[in-house]
Amino acid sequence: MGSMNLTLKIWRQKNANDKGKMVDYKVNDISPDMSFLEMLDVLNEQLINNGDEPVAFDHDCREGICGMCSLYINGEAHGPDRGVTTCQLHMRMFKDGDTIFIEPFRAKAFPVVKDLIVDRSAFDRIQHSGGFISVNTSGNTIDANAIPVNKEDADKAFEAATCIGCGACVASCKNSSAMLYVSAKVSQFALLPQGQVEATDRVLNMVKQMDEEGFGNCTNTGACEVECPKGISLENIARMNTEFLKASLKG
Amino acid sequence: MALDSKIPKGPIADKWTNYKNHIDLVNPANKRNIDVIVVGTGLAGGSAAATLAELGYNVKAFCFQDSPRRAHSIAAQGGINAAKNYQGDGDSTYRLFYDTVKGGDYRSREANVYRLAEVSANIIDQCVAQGVPFAREYGGLLDNRSFGGVLVSRTFYAAGQTGQQLLLGAYSAMNRQIGRGKIKMYNRHEMLDVVKVDGKARGIITRNLITGEIERHSAHAVVLGTGGYGNVFFLSTNAMGSNVTAAWKAHKRGAYFANPCYTQIHPTCIPVSGDHQSKLTLMSESLRNDGRIWVPKNIEDVKAIREGKLKPTAIAEENRDYYLERRYPAFGNLVPRDVASRAAKERCDAGYGVNATGEAVYLDFASAITRYGKEQATIKGLDTNDAALVKKLGQEVVKNKYGNLFQMYEKIVDQDPYNTPMMIYPAVHYTMGGVWVDYNLMTTVPGLYCIGEANFSDHGANRLGASALMQGLADGYFVLPYTIGDYLSDDIRTGPISTDSKEFEEAEKEVKEKLNFFVTNEGKHSVDYFHKRLGKIMWNKVGMSRNVKGLTEAIAEIKALREQFWKEVKVPGSNDEYNEELAKAGRVADFLELGELFAKDALNREESCGGHFREDSVELDGEQKGEALRNDKDFAYVSAWEYKGEPSDAVLHKEELEFNDIELKQRSYK
Repeated sequence: MGSMNLTLKIWRQKNANDKGKMVDYKVNDISPDMSFLEMLDVLNEQLINNGDEPVAFDHDCREGICGMCSLYINGEAHGPDRGVTTCQLHMRMFKDGDTIFIEPFRAKAFPVVKDLIVDRSAFDRIQHSGGFISVNTSGNTIDANAIPVNKEDADKAFEAATCIGCGACVASCKNSSAMLYVSAKVSQFALLPQGQVEATDRVLNMVKQMDEEGFGNCTNTGACEVECPKGISLENIARMNTEFLKASLKG
Repeated sequence: MALDSKIPKGPIADKWTNYKNHIDLVNPANKRNIDVIVVGTGLAGGSAAATLAELGYNVKAFCFQDSPRRAHSIAAQGGINAAKNYQGDGDSTYRLFYDTVKGGDYRSREANVYRLAEVSANIIDQCVAQGVPFAREYGGLLDNRSFGGVLVSRTFYAAGQTGQQLLLGAYSAMNRQIGRGKIKMYNRHEMLDVVKVDGKARGIITRNLITGEIERHSAHAVVLGTGGYGNVFFLSTNAMGSNVTAAWKAHKRGAYFANPCYTQIHPTCIPVSGDHQSKLTLMSESLRNDGRIWVPKNIEDVKAIREGKLKPTAIAEENRDYYLERRYPAFGNLVPRDVASRAAKERCDAGYGVNATGEAVYLDFASAITRYGKEQATIKGLDTNDAALVKKLGQEVVKNKYGNLFQMYEKIVDQDPYNTPMMIYPAVHYTMGGVWVDYNLMTTVPGLYCIGEANFSDHGANRLGASALMQGLADGYFVLPYTIGDYLSDDIRTGPISTDSKEFEEAEKEVKEKLNFFVTNEGKHSVDYFHKRLGKIMWNKVGMSRNVKGLTEAIAEIKALREQFWKEVKVPGSNDEYNEELAKAGRVADFLELGELFAKDALNREESCGGHFREDSVELDGEQKGEALRNDKDFAYVSAWEYKGEPSDAVLHKEELEFNDIELKQRSYK
């Protein structure tokens, strides 16, 4: 496959107070082996050399695990491929002559910082409210093998815990709900004996914080699961609902 | 200043316990009056911040990412070592200590490594209590796997995402303390200088990456957990933002920088595909348990492959060169990382590389797939001679073990590794060198500590697989929180540190001047232009194989490049807004200084050890002919460099390494 010439329509917004607009750019000689972010690197190098301001976007590990990259590409969080983040999306998914729309993740709880960068600190605050087990490292805890854990539960807890906190679930949801994200953490701990002690407070506090941050309600459309780059399952939402109900009856 | 490593006296197994019994402590009421700054929120910084806050100190934590959870520890795949001996296969604290010192090619400090091995078991207990979902066996107990360079199974893991799970554990411990107000978290803040008052580290200068605001932060002690400097090579498996700036600023303020030339070049990474490449991706070392590494025996086959006329699967067994099995029959494909990397380079330099750039070798799972497939067919009572069935069953086993890695490979390379061998090539992965610290993890600046990959202490000249996570968490959860108390016990009456002093004012002024320079300089090349050129010099002349001529040239070329950078770098935008180019400019400026010191250190060390291979120090004959030759008589020391302005003026201080508990031997994997 040869190289591609593309038209990019990119959201430019100077800062949180700016109104923002879509701007057209052309990039040429894009190799299909480039990652999507490497294609944006080419654009930025071009902009800098022309004396223009480069497009700001979040990225760091560029191997799909840190959760820093985002982008809403042609109407999909992390673009057209499945099971990958934007940094793992490759240009071979596109064709010569394509026009690509690139926008930030949009949600009330994720205000735009600049261009394609959004503020996802609401996610952190939800974790501060209960996403932990209250054990001190400065003490001597019990031996790691003192409590056996059913392998199936351990594996499910792990699968829930592989959430990278990127926010694609929120960006994909028509209600901007954070249920998949929050339920992944609630599930991880709910499935492990170590997490039982604080289960009631945890789910109540995390859901309360989620609501206060302005995330929407879940209406079971399942778009979040489809767009999740890590395949976090909707089962986690069901599990959180059960946990929440249990906690509400107790609480 | 003479180097004092402050190693406690007494037998090695008792040092840490005795030390803890005799240090000064800070009582809980006084801890409330003491502030500690922690820069970096990876395994080391994150665990330190959480533990210090649990103890009662007021912690201010800083990271340049949008959340502490993004730190690059998250990308570690394979596992974490701990001397639990759950498998009953003969593991012990001593054996982990021994393996680590030997694996590091006898260039680490014995007392530190022993302590690391000693606290390793506690890390696993702690992480399980925190809810880290490690892999388990059907009986409900923790599972282990084995890694390169050792003879026991001591690696705990969570599929191919061990670093992620451990970091999220530390992140959750931080979150609890952030929620309680004991950690004040500063996301998207970059540290741009250390501030010393009366000779002690008393604070830092940061830039808010969103607003561009320059801020002063004070504390009674400063802890750096800011990771390694592999990005000096531009291409590495590090995250794009990983940088040396915090460590380098500390160096400029008086912290000695140790062994900068000790860099780990990891053998199994996805090869470079073109000039557009921005970073490299690692394929876990665990793949070498089942993958066989080879190149074609005949140069005609290599040519045909490069021209696309021949498929690797069509090359007959007898025409393949399994060069690791050939050269190292005892360890085969599981030789340590430095040995495997050099062997790949040797074959590719000889013209046998199997991709368009000539820099790739095969990592082949076909025989493992057949082996597992036959095993499964036998278990299930099926026909072991049915090749298609065996392949299918074998592929399922391999998918269970390495599925996420195979998927990652396929997404990047667009080839299916279940049916054709992977292509791999070595890439810069980890830096064993770093800021010099004593046994307390304190740098040569009083009150300035350095932990995790950012310091130099535990891995000598080569790090074993699954030991980075161990060290990061050991430093942060179990070592620093003790040792820092001994220092802070003198500060209980000091009271809050003011940020209005002339020291803060001057440091802030310097930082601002540099930022102003960048945004007003009428340059003609982007920051990346310089970073890529630096990377090429480093890779070609200070990479896997080093010689006097190349190193001497590199030193001159880096210096010239640095001078050009300060004249011609172009940074768009202003300094009072989000400006990634400005942040990158500062980081590359520091890499341009570090790179030269790195080459200078490599030139000084006229021996081959671990990741540092000197072409003029090899075995000349016998069974080990051509292998790395260490020189214990002249080089069994830590090179600690003191900043004196230009890297060429840096002054070398030697910490002689004493080996009382381990006999120095040649590492042989034949």
